[in-house]
Amino acid sequence: MIDKKFKIANKIFKSRLIVGTGKYKSFSECAKAIKTSGADIVTVAVRRVNISNKNKPRLMDYIDPKKITYLPNTAGCFTAEDAIRTLRLAREIGGWKLVKLEVLGDKRNLFPEMIETLRSTELLTKEGFKVMVYCNDDPLMAKRLENAGAVAIMPLAAPIGSGLGIQNKVNIKIIRKQTKLPLIIDAGLGQASDASIAMELGCDGVLINTAIAKAKKPIQMAEAMKLAVISGRKSFLSGRISPNLFGSASTTNKGII
Amino acid sequence: MNIKNKIKITVNGKQMQIMPKFSLKSLITKLKMPLNKIAIELNKKIIDKKRISKIKLKKGDKIEIVHFIGGG
Repeated sequence: MIDKKFKIANKIFKSRLIVGTGKYKSFSECAKAIKTSGADIVTVAVRRVNISNKNKPRLMDYIDPKKITYLPNTAGCFTAEDAIRTLRLAREIGGWKLVKLEVLGDKRNLFPEMIETLRSTELLTKEGFKVMVYCNDDPLMAKRLENAGAVAIMPLAAPIGSGLGIQNKVNIKIIRKQTKLPLIIDAGLGQASDASIAMELGCDGVLINTAIAKAKKPIQMAEAMKLAVISGRKSFLSGRISPNLFGSASTTNKGII
Repeated sequence: MNIKNKIKITVNGKQMQIMPKFSLKSLITKLKMPLNKIAIELNKKIIDKKRISKIKLKKGDKIEIVHFIGGG
């Protein structure tokens, strides 16, 4: 099957599944889940080092940034200034320019604050960052992000960590029609079928954290998600039949006894 | 040097006392931080890690040392 490469900001990635590294029981479980998922991009967050416990394990000791692309995020940022400060620090750790922008507007529903998100996208792009943008599923706002220089549009399926699956398929389809940028569903997926649906809608990829990390068997769920993404993508590329209201027999009547 | 001469700085929100003219590099070494896995901010300005031996810390300096943790 011929598929176009999954390319973000001119870099080709093997897996269309991006995995978050939060909420796992341990770094070792996280590392195993990532390996099983086949993901070659993982999201990471920037936080203070614990200076009183210097021997605390570090993410970078378990997931090698030379082998897996780190995608620093701006989790917990509520303004453009917070987001820019965080990503400048991320860049300083190891030169990362490909970033995930996430500017939130409300602590309860964790919806993106789109005015600040748009402003941040403009500012970060001017600074040379390649910005993958977590956004709501609004086609107009997605267009504005694209015009502001985003390298990927990442609408939510549902609130972060909710596991509700894609709530507005129509909007995702409209965004798919209007953009040639990578379209990645970020947040709100709960199970493998949700990932398949995202891919069947024509999305280029999905970003999953909680649905894997908090599953009863995270490693097994990581594999399920991997297969679901591959399956959904193949289904999309295969060209589904038109849905019909009435039945159409699979067996011919010719030669019936 | 007399211990009374020590100056107060804040590292990751916690107060610390250091000797005057203590460099940022000495602080990072004292805290056993691996330079290739952290970023440093001094009074809200990002510091080029190659320059830390040249930076002497002053009273009231606020230092942030960050690294990557798990996130979505």
